[in-house]
Amino acid sequence: MPAKVRVQTTINGEQVEFLCEPRQSLLECLRDILGLTGTKEGCNDGNCGACTVMLDDRVVTSCLVLGVEAEGAQITTIEGIAKGSELHPLQRSFLENAALQCGICTPGFIVAAKALLDHEPNPTEDQIRLWLANNLCRCTGYDKIIHAVQQAAAYSREVRA
Amino acid sequence: MSTQQYTVVGTRPIRHDGVDKVTGRAQYGADFQMAGLLYGYVLRSPHAHARIKRIDTTKAEKFPGVKAVVIAADFPPTPERLVDLGEGDTPLSYARGNVLAGSKALYRGHAVAVVAATSVHIAEEAAGLIEVDYEVLPAVLTAPEAMQEGAAILHDDLKTKEFGEQTGRVSNVAEHFRHTMGDVAAGFAEADVVIEREFNTSTVHQGYIEPHNATALWNSDGRILVWCSTQGAFVVRDVTACLLDIPVSHVKVTPMEIGGGFGGKIPVYIEPVAALLSKKTGKPVKIVMSRKDVFEGTGPTPGSHIQVKIGARKDGRITAAQAYLAYEAGAYPGAMVGPGAMCVFAAYDIPNVVIDGFDVVVNKPSTAAYRAPGATNAAFATETVLDEIAEKLGIDPLDLRLKNAAREGTRRADGPKYRRIGCVEVIEAMKNHPHYSTPLVGPNRGRGVAIGFWFNIGLPSSCTISVNADGTVNLVEGSTDIGGTRTSIAMQAAEVLGIPAEDVCPTVVDTDSIGFTAVTGGSRTTFATGWAAYEAAQDVVRQLKERAAKLWQTDTASVNFERGVFRSSDKSMTFRELAVQIDQTGGPVVGRGAVNPRGAGGSFSGNIVDVEVDPETGKVTILRFTAVQDVGKAIHPSYVEGQMQGGSAQGIGWALNEEYYMSRDGAMMNSSLLDYRMPTALDLPMIDTVIVEVPNPGHPFGVRGVGEANIVPPPAAIANAIYRAAGVRMRRLPMNPPAIMEAIWSQRD
Repeated sequence: MPAKVRVQTTINGEQVEFLCEPRQSLLECLRDILGLTGTKEGCNDGNCGACTVMLDDRVVTSCLVLGVEAEGAQITTIEGIAKGSELHPLQRSFLENAALQCGICTPGFIVAAKALLDHEPNPTEDQIRLWLANNLCRCTGYDKIIHAVQQAAAYSREVRA
Repeated sequence: MSTQQYTVVGTRPIRHDGVDKVTGRAQYGADFQMAGLLYGYVLRSPHAHARIKRIDTTKAEKFPGVKAVVIAADFPPTPERLVDLGEGDTPLSYARGNVLAGSKALYRGHAVAVVAATSVHIAEEAAGLIEVDYEVLPAVLTAPEAMQEGAAILHDDLKTKEFGEQTGRVSNVAEHFRHTMGDVAAGFAEADVVIEREFNTSTVHQGYIEPHNATALWNSDGRILVWCSTQGAFVVRDVTACLLDIPVSHVKVTPMEIGGGFGGKIPVYIEPVAALLSKKTGKPVKIVMSRKDVFEGTGPTPGSHIQVKIGARKDGRITAAQAYLAYEAGAYPGAMVGPGAMCVFAAYDIPNVVIDGFDVVVNKPSTAAYRAPGATNAAFATETVLDEIAEKLGIDPLDLRLKNAAREGTRRADGPKYRRIGCVEVIEAMKNHPHYSTPLVGPNRGRGVAIGFWFNIGLPSSCTISVNADGTVNLVEGSTDIGGTRTSIAMQAAEVLGIPAEDVCPTVVDTDSIGFTAVTGGSRTTFATGWAAYEAAQDVVRQLKERAAKLWQTDTASVNFERGVFRSSDKSMTFRELAVQIDQTGGPVVGRGAVNPRGAGGSFSGNIVDVEVDPETGKVTILRFTAVQDVGKAIHPSYVEGQMQGGSAQGIGWALNEEYYMSRDGAMMNSSLLDYRMPTALDLPMIDTVIVEVPNPGHPFGVRGVGEANIVPPPAAIANAIYRAAGVRMRRLPMNPPAIMEAIWSQRD
């Protein structure tokens, strides 16, 4: 069995230290070592987006990142999107728009959509579809997800106004 | 149409499990953890058809970290009998054989052995050390191929059943059945136009994002505990008990949150194996499939070979219809050709019909249900033939359908007569929709329509409701919540109790804690478990009337209850005011509902779709899509729309891209989500929905169920649109760019 490596990183604003095998993905480390199971595994080869997290300022599929690459990084997972008990506007709008059915893809969509809104607070429908094109949803046909992101953008505009 | 006024039914409350699912707190099967957990890895056959001559697990068992290995021989030798796998009876040997291959591997991906180790990586490495001697056999991959004289035979003991009788003939055709009505020869003779076409559709997968997973603990007291992702916890319980030859009461299944199923999470694959490994090791064992395992080792929906012939008079009246449906069951009998045959002409009133169905085994994964199983393949054929007839006769395609639409009293060729149905209302809603009358401009563009039918089912459901002293209630039920049904069920209880949906706290519980409840499937959950909740709520009302009578020192019969208020002469009390006093009036109030409803109401759906076909590349872009469906009564319209949009999206994927791309020797060449191309957000437009409500007389609120009929029309509607855009009639699925280019080129030749 390969020797374990110590990794020091920051997850959802908290400093975290863990031991992992060099072959373990960041997704595995989050889920199996750190108990952050909100990040989901759908394919383990970067094609479904259920494991989407922020690594510094990049949107990544955590199954394609090694745990050791988290060293010194700032990671945001679905567990870090709400401010304490206050839901993020995207989380509220997903609920209000019924933008989830089974919910397995929802964490990945919310992380990816937050990255979009942080980058572009007033996205067009095409921009939303492009930014979410790496996240597969098999239940909704995306319609209500797109509407939820549009509404969250509107919420955020209200807050700023 | 629905006119009844409700206070909760038809509103759009936030779903009860919503916050957990947007914050990542909801516990899905793969999230389950417990102390001492071992991890399983499944070794699968690399051959589509092979005799397994020897399995040697010695080296794997000695690998550091490995705790146990199981193969088929580890199952107890139970005598053959029929078992219910959630959607009908199957011989036990087939159910067991699909979980772990015995003397033969019948498809590439067929499970052969399973290793339990301290980590999944160790289990995977060790599985590579298992030696399996295969004698590779010729594989048959399509129904026409498997039906040929001299084709390689999958099961030496499979004898064709023909028209209900055993023939004694060993073949790959498990069953051939026929439905007849009237006289087709006379019907076709009467027709002014007769069109006959042949169709082929590829195997496609349900494509749920969450892979199958299960954790099992075979406890020292002889009881097995299972935590898994399933559409039916009671099916997992029953099949596990059956394969391991122990009483059902010794298995407790806790359904975790489920990440999609669409029918594919009804069969049981890994739970009994995890239990066997747990028995060998004394520890809990967890197995999680990879995406490749999901594609190669779980049941997709059948590929099919279909011929449809329809005749009509000049005025558009259909005089006769004939269908030949050969569906690929995969490795074990049970292709969904039965429902396909019942649905193929189900939307129409046709006097003369013959339908032949063939259930054919092939060397591909054993198929499972997929959203209106069998109906989409069949509708692709019927609805495109009808489009040709409409064109030939110069009749508007919706008018042609309206003229022949099934109505209350129409008899289907397989026997039943319809009760009140909404086929006509769906077609009229399509005709009246602005999408249908808006001109479609631009080159290479076309509009198509199609309709579809699915039965929906009843089956048993149980529910209990206990009253809390603060005027809320706890609702306990056994239906996996796959898309918001906790809420659609809770809303029906709330409607009866006259309280807000938010005052009902619904929980889906394990198989020890609720009465038997059949699978979440067949669009039955809001219909049947909703009905159980309705009954449980009525029971609560009955008991609370007694309490009110006690408080008011009057007759129970004199107490009325309406819209959340109990009344007797001049006295009145709200549900909440009475709930506060339940302790003083006799203690807890618990209502129960246990139903096995017969009144499932079929659902019709229709699509209007605009496409653009790129004549250079064959790529089809969906420009506009409208889905219309009769749902009986929409309990929570947002989630009803969601079902319609989701079914449409899956139908679009099936139409345009999705397929099991097989090598000649039976290997799936595209077993990843990169190469098995499901629609992304970029591939689809907004999906417009029209909810039609023709109440189902067989349900207290008129619910029909909405989960399935919506996937039936999209491939046909898109094919019809492609014809108008590019001038080619597509008769195979998927209609991907190569298929379209081939059609365009062959037309030019």
